[in-house]
This record gives sequence, structure tokens and C-alpha cells, in this order.
Amino acid sequence: MFTAILAIALLALLFGLLLGFAAIYFKVEGDPIVDQIDKLLPQTQCGQCSFAGCRPYAEAIANGEADINRCPPGGEPTIQALADLLEVEIKPLDDECGEEKPKTLAVIVEDRCIGCTLCIQACPVDAILGAAKHMHTVISDECTGCELCVEPCPVDCIDMVETAPNPNTWRWPDPTQENVIAKEQQS
Amino acid sequence: MFRLSPPFLSGTRRVTLHMMQLLLALVPALIALVFFFGPGVLINISLAVVTALATEAVMLKLRNRPLKPFLTDGSAIVTAVLLAMAIPPLSPWWITVVGIVFAIVFAKHLFGGLGYNPFNPAMVAYVLLLLSFPLEMTTWLPAAGLAEQALTFGSAFELIFNGQLANGAAIDTLSGATPLDAMKTQIGLAQLPSFIIEQPLFGIFGGLGWEWINIWFAIGGLYLMYQRVISWHIPVAMLTGLLTISSITYLISPESAASPLFHLLSGGTMIGAFFIATDPVTATTTIKGRLIFGAGVGLLTYIIRAWGGYPDGIAFAILLMNMLVPLIDYYTQPKVYGSLKS
Amino acid sequence: MSQPLGSFPGGLKLAGQKKRSTQTPIRKMPLSEQLILPLQQHIGAAAVPIVKVGDKVLKGQRIATPNGHVSVALHAPSSGVVTAIEDKPIPHPSGLSAPCIIIDTDGEDQWIERKVTEDFTQCTDHDVRQIIRDAGIVGLGGAGFPSFIKLNPGIHHHVDTLILNGAECEPYITCDDMLLRERSQGILDGIEIMQHALRVNNCVIAIEDNKPEAISAMELALASRSHLTSTSVMVIPTRYPTGSEKQLIQVVTGKQVPKSGLPIDIGIVLHNVGTAYAVGRAIKHGEPLISRIVTVTGTDVKHAGNFETLFGTPIHELLSFCETKRQQGEPFIQGGPMMGYNLAGDNLPVTKTANCILVGVDNATQANDPLPCIRCGDCAAACPVSLLPQQLYWHSRAKDLEKTQEYNLFDCIECGCCSYVCPSEIPLVQYFRFAKTETMNQEQERKKSDAARIRHENRQERQERERVEKAEKQRKRKAALAATKAAKAKKDAELAAAEAAKDSSEPATDNDAEK
Repeated sequence: MFTAILAIALLALLFGLLLGFAAIYFKVEGDPIVDQIDKLLPQTQCGQCSFAGCRPYAEAIANGEADINRCPPGGEPTIQALADLLEVEIKPLDDECGEEKPKTLAVIVEDRCIGCTLCIQACPVDAILGAAKHMHTVISDECTGCELCVEPCPVDCIDMVETAPNPNTWRWPDPTQENVIAKEQQS
Repeated sequence: MFRLSPPFLSGTRRVTLHMMQLLLALVPALIALVFFFGPGVLINISLAVVTALATEAVMLKLRNRPLKPFLTDGSAIVTAVLLAMAIPPLSPWWITVVGIVFAIVFAKHLFGGLGYNPFNPAMVAYVLLLLSFPLEMTTWLPAAGLAEQALTFGSAFELIFNGQLANGAAIDTLSGATPLDAMKTQIGLAQLPSFIIEQPLFGIFGGLGWEWINIWFAIGGLYLMYQRVISWHIPVAMLTGLLTISSITYLISPESAASPLFHLLSGGTMIGAFFIATDPVTATTTIKGRLIFGAGVGLLTYIIRAWGGYPDGIAFAILLMNMLVPLIDYYTQPKVYGSLKS
Repeated sequence: MSQPLGSFPGGLKLAGQKKRSTQTPIRKMPLSEQLILPLQQHIGAAAVPIVKVGDKVLKGQRIATPNGHVSVALHAPSSGVVTAIEDKPIPHPSGLSAPCIIIDTDGEDQWIERKVTEDFTQCTDHDVRQIIRDAGIVGLGGAGFPSFIKLNPGIHHHVDTLILNGAECEPYITCDDMLLRERSQGILDGIEIMQHALRVNNCVIAIEDNKPEAISAMELALASRSHLTSTSVMVIPTRYPTGSEKQLIQVVTGKQVPKSGLPIDIGIVLHNVGTAYAVGRAIKHGEPLISRIVTVTGTDVKHAGNFETLFGTPIHELLSFCETKRQQGEPFIQGGPMMGYNLAGDNLPVTKTANCILVGVDNATQANDPLPCIRCGDCAAACPVSLLPQQLYWHSRAKDLEKTQEYNLFDCIECGCCSYVCPSEIPLVQYFRFAKTETMNQEQERKKSDAARIRHENRQERQERERVEKAEKQRKRKAALAATKAAKAKKDAELAAAEAAKDSSEPATDNDAEK
């Protein structure tokens, strides 16, 4: 019996050493997880997730402080991608963070703008062009639709406008929705 | 509603058509089965079809799916008929019912229904029955011409539902070994195959009665190929595989291996080759893959028959190859246009 | 006549349904009262208008210039007045609108002064291409790619063979057939010009074998041009989709266009016979592209046939001219039954890419809901590009876009062979189109979010920098203040010390004297 115990112990030691060696020798340097999570987020920097931007949210997810379903602009595709990356379950979007809306862009109504620069300071991606006492305007290509500029404006001159679809950006609809193979029976 | 998207040319609902043609192709073999083994198989088929449709309806309802398209696609009926033809003609009624229910519920619907099952439902049921009820599943009748008393429809009915005849005779007094079974046991007892085949149980090449049934299955299969319901790859690959390995062993040691022709015309070879292995849902999809799949089924069948524990290996062979289908599909992808160097 | 050197796998044999529309010669569609001209009738950037509302225009006058390299000009198909430049519904599967120039015709149909080039061999190939671009010529086979780009071999490529696509493999469409029958000389004019632009002599005119009249007409025309010794007609087997560019190249030459490459990479350039005809008209007669031949056919059309139609003609007027059973607002198909799409609108204009209008398909049956995929593999057997439509279907359905790319989703030519053979009637091509636009959309979003991330990081850096500078300034100011304070304190201390020293060195007079 003693020899059996010795044999098993030696084997365990041997395999343990092998595994340890393999862990060090074959280690693959990957992206730190925070960067990988950040890559999946839409970079709207809106703060609806209750963190100060996408990077802090990514860090919170990596630390386990936040759940993956807090990003309304990312919506379901983002939740799905995060679930795939972190190998956790998919959850529906957290209601208290907001709801999934179609993409909107900020547009400044120039008649009302007073040139106070409060919106310029608020924009997380510097998408508003302007200076003190000069006309402000939103660079629509850079606007992420985060809506952070709407609040600070003292004359309420910023509208969130839905982007009009045009034939070049139009997408074919999902055929599964169109011709349902198994219609859920209305019970 | 007319089509909303291209192609706007119409196509018929071919799934149902394929299933109907399949059933048509089974008719000649069915007649041969009845001729040699009595009307028991007809009772089994009726029982199986009714049970299959009922089980399918129940499962569809439980899964909230529409009944009409799936009940009329014919796939449940085909599973039922194939299973009923594979089990002994006088099996007790509960064998058929248990088999069918298992096939439809576990092997088909719990995987997702039509198109989603990785394993052939009829073969899964057959294997379940074989492993759970070996006695009933090996109680085969001898072919007509050997039996002491010809079986009428009434007596078949009684045997299936009552377990014994009115005069008290039970199935045991009627049954005997199948040709494959006899061949296997006697080779194991060091008898020469050429001698074994002289016995009354055997016909010209294969088992008495069985060789005719296999031939009719093959003819039905050729009809299906002609009608383009199945493609030639799987049957040809399977029969070639079986033929090759049995020829090799026969040439090496004819004293302990049955002839290739015997193997081709015995047991479930032809029904397996043309009707079961060609089930599109569980077979490979790429052309090269089909050849590999068929050859694999043929090889495994022979291996199980000659060196395995069962007289016939078709069911196991098919299930084992079903397991390998995703792997085969992955490695036999065709070369896309543009990848060939000019 | 030359023999085809290759073939492609899969494909379908379809009933041609061509007889209905080839009973009469090409007829001219009467002038409409209003012409609606989308600014984008081609692949690439939309043209930019150079006329204003209220301008009088003449037939063939340029009304929009190309915008960027991949773009062509647009011309007024008839004389009249520009009454609007605004968004109007266009013949696109989305049903959306796009900017259009609307011209109310005056009925005069007065041409602008046309610049005729008598001898194109005197022009450089560059000039020829410029004329073609300014004439607004795009591929008339249905895709609408600017033709001048495909007539530029560039410095790095050498063109071996020019192939003319007269296959017209899709059922019902017969415009190329009729063009070959009636206007072969015009097509040959264009071919000679194209050969000049590409610096190539070798030319194959590929025609499917179900068009015997077209074959004879072209051979007759060729016979009268004895100098075209390296140009020949090739009769190819009728099979769908032989008319697709890559498949036709494989049939004619036996070679495959390399993946993510272009035909010019193997020395081949392919143009539609209609495009060649337009090139001939542009150079030889100075006529820009203002009309095309449109097939109108189908079970619900009384006078099916081919019509030379000005662009901008409302489709419903074309249909009324042919007397169809279509009611206002009912859908019709633009294109063929395999690759066309349903349009349901009135006042949709005929554009450069409209080759056929189909109302009523033979033996049309109800569309059934698709059954699940039974994994039969018929789709893979039918695919002319050797793809695995089944796997693409599973992954498109699961929205696993990376996997669809692994299975070469973007090599799919959307021919519809797989959908046609599917026993479960699954609309496979719709899944692939969906996956493609989703992938392209995802790419766009990713680019945008990467840009947004960089801007955000830059902003944070800038704010950090400003904060640091501010802190630095403050620190300096504080330090300076402290220094002056210290200096002042030091001075005060020195003064105090000097005072104290003065006090102690003088004898204490009063106190000492008293003691």
C-alpha cells in the first residue's frame, strides 16, 4: 500500500510540474480583457450605463462590478457579443439604463444658438465646432448620438434627429422574421 | 400570397413529393416481405404509422408548432414504415409502439424536429429495441417454404397483439435463426461457409427469401435514383465499401468468411444502402463527403457482422457514421470559384 | 466560330420563356410628358446636377456631371424644361427615394449639337474613354458599372481577350437577343472602339445556343468586316447563370477569375453587347446614353416585346403601352424572375439598369411558408460558384457573420439557383443578402466607433494636458509669489537685524547713569 501511495504521489508531482511548465512555456499573450471588451462597445460615451464613458464601463465589466446588459446604444448585438466573449449568459437590456432606440444625431438649431460653448465642453468626442460668441455646429459624421449636449444648452436649441435611410445604406430585412417557419400559436 | 422575393419561378413543395416517392419505392420489397414472411409486417406498418402520426401531433402541439405542414411532410410516415420493416414481422405490438415513440420523441423532436436530428430516428429506435429487448428482437420467422404452418392474417394479428395463437402455440415454436445469424454462429463453430450455404435456410446467394427482398429493395432504390430523389453517391459508395472488404477477406480466407454476394443480399444491406443511409437530414451534404460516408457505412457493417457481437451491423454502422458527419462535412468543402490557379 | 473551353458546376436548365417577347421587332416607346431622372443610375457616387429648376434643356444635353472617379454623367433624354430637382421614389427594393431631376418635355425632342468622331483611331485611348464617361455609359447588362473604367487596362495589365456578353441567360429577358438580331453592325462599331481603347485584337462574342437568329445576324455582320480577323462568335450552351461575368469567363476561356480579383488580372475584359452598342453610338454618332431597350413581358402583358425607351419614362406608362392587366399600385418585377425584385409603385422611372419588366410569371403558384432545412445538399450541387449555401444559411440565420465570411459569403453572386432547387422552399438568397448588408453595416459601425474612441481619447488627453499646464502655471505663480514673499521677508529680517545691532552697540545711557 505504501508503494501505491508513493507512486500516485510521484505521478501527481510529475504531472503538476508538466502542467506548470506548459502554462509558462506555451503562454499566449492576448489582449487584456478590458481592451477586448472596449472594442465591442459602441463608443457613444453617453454614460447611460452609469459609468463615465465606455472605457470605465469596460473596466467595470472586467472587474465584475457591472453586468453586460447596461448599454442601450449597443443594444442586443453588443450584449450578444459581450456574452460570447466572456462566455456568460445573454440577458435582456437593463430597463433602468434606457431603451434601444434608432440611431439619432444631434442638430443645432442655429436660430437659437447663443454661442455659450456649454455644449462644446460637454461633447465627449469633440464633435461640436464653435467658439465663444460664435455659431456652434455639430459635425454629423463624428456625432455618436450620446445626447450629452442636450442638457447643458441653456436655450434648448439642440434636437436629436433620426438619420433618414437612403438606398445606399439600406439593409435587407431579416428573412426569419418575414416568413416564420413555426408561427407561435396565439394562445 | 405570391412570392415576395426571387426566385419568382415556382417550385413545388418537394419534401412531401420525395417522401411519397420513397414510400412508392418500398412497395415491391414490401410485397416480397409479405410473400416470404407473412402479413405480420403489414400490421406492424399500420400500427407504426398511426402511432407515429399521433406522437408527432402531440409533440408539435407541445412545442407550439403548426400541425399541418409537419404532419403532411411525410417524414414521420417514412420513419414508421422503415422501422416496421426492420423489426421482426411478428414482434409484439408494444415493441413497435415503444420504438416509434422513442424515434419520434427522442430521436427527432427533442433535437428540434424535422431537419435538426443528427441521428437517423428509425435506426436509433431499432438499436434501442435491440439492446433493451434482445429476445423479442431476435425472434425471426423462417421464410415461407420452411415454416410448418403458413401464417394467416388472423393468426399474425393474434400473435402480435396477444403473444400467442388461439391454439396456445407461442412465437418460440415458430421462430428460428436468420441467415446472417446462422452464418455467424456456424462460422464461429468452424463450419465452412460453402457448406453452410447448402442448408435449407439459405437460397441461391443469400438467405432464402432475404435475397429476393434485398433485390426488390435495390430495384426500388434504383427507381429513386432515376427520379432524383436520392443521388447515387451514398448507395454506390456503401455497396462498394461492403463489397471491397468482404471480397478481400473472402479472398484471403474463404473458409471463414461468407462470400461478398452473400453480404450484399442479406439482412438490411439494400434497405440500408438505398433508404436509410440516404436520409438527407442525417447524411453528409458535400458530394465528396457522401462518398466517404457511404464507404464508412459499408466498412463498418462488415466489421460488425464479421467480428462484432451482432449478426447484422447496418443500424450501428449508420449511427456511427452519423456521428462523424459534421467532421466529414468540414473537411470536404469544395473549392470555391476563384481559388484554383489557372 | 470558336468553341467554349470550359464550364461551371451546378447551374440550372430553365424554360426560356423568350418566344412571347420576340415576335415583334424593337419598337420605340412614345415620348412621355414627364421624365424622372435619378442622379444615381450606376454603381459609384451619384452625379451632381449642373442645371437649375427652370432651365431649358435640349435632348442629349448634360444635366449632371460625374462626382469623383467612379461616376458618370447624366443627360436629358428629350428637350424640355427642368421643373424640379428633388427626392422621388426610385426603382430600388427598399422603396426609398433618392434625388432626381425632373424634366417636363416639350414634345419637340430637339437634339443638342452632337460631336461626331469620324475616325476614332485618330483619338488616343484616353480620349475615347473620356468621351464614353461623358456620354454617361454604364454596363447595360443590369449592374450599371461605369464602362470607361472597364475600358482602362492600366499600366500594369495586358488585355488578352475582350469578351462580349450576349448570353442573356435569365428567362423572359430578350433585349440583348433583339439587339443582336437587328443592330449587329452597331454593336460591332462599339466593339471596334472598345478594342482600340483596350489595345486588344482578340475578341469573342458569346451567344447562347437558344438564340439562332441572333447568332446568324452577328455572323453576317462580322462577315462584312473582313478586317476583324480575331473577332469571332462563340456559341455557348444555354444554362443559367452563364451570363454572369465570372461564369461566362469560365465557359469561354476555361479560366477562373482569382478570388478578390478582377477579370483584368487574367487579361480579360467583359462587356455587355448593349454597352458596346451604346459606345458605338457615343463615338460614331455623338449620342450620349439617353435610352435603352427594355423587354416587357409576362403572362399579364398583352403586347409583349422590346421597346427602345428613354430613361425617366414612368414604368406604368410603358406597361399601359403594352396593355397589361396590372392595376394601379400592383407589384411588378424589374429584372428577370431569378434575380429581379418586386416593385410596387407608380411613377417609378426606367433607369439605365432596367433590362426587363415582368408582369405575371408562368405557372405561378402560391408561396408556401418554408419548411426547415432537411440538409439534402441540393443547393450545394446547384451552386455555380461551388459554395455551400446550406452552411451559409445556418450561419446567416444565426447571425454569425464571421462564420459566413469563412464560407465565402461575398463570393455569392445571388443567382438564385440554390433557392430554386431547395425542397423546403427556403428563400436562401434573401438570407445571404441580409447577411451581406449586415456585415457591411457592422464594418461601418466598427469604423465609426473606432473613430469615436480615438476622438474621445484625444479629448481626454487634451483635457489632461490643459489640466497639467494649468497646474504647472499655478505652481509657477505660487512659487514666484513665495519667492517674492521670501525675498521681502529676508529684507525685513535684515533691516530688523541691522536695527537690533545698532541698538545694542550704543551704551545704555539713562539706565546706567542712574545706578
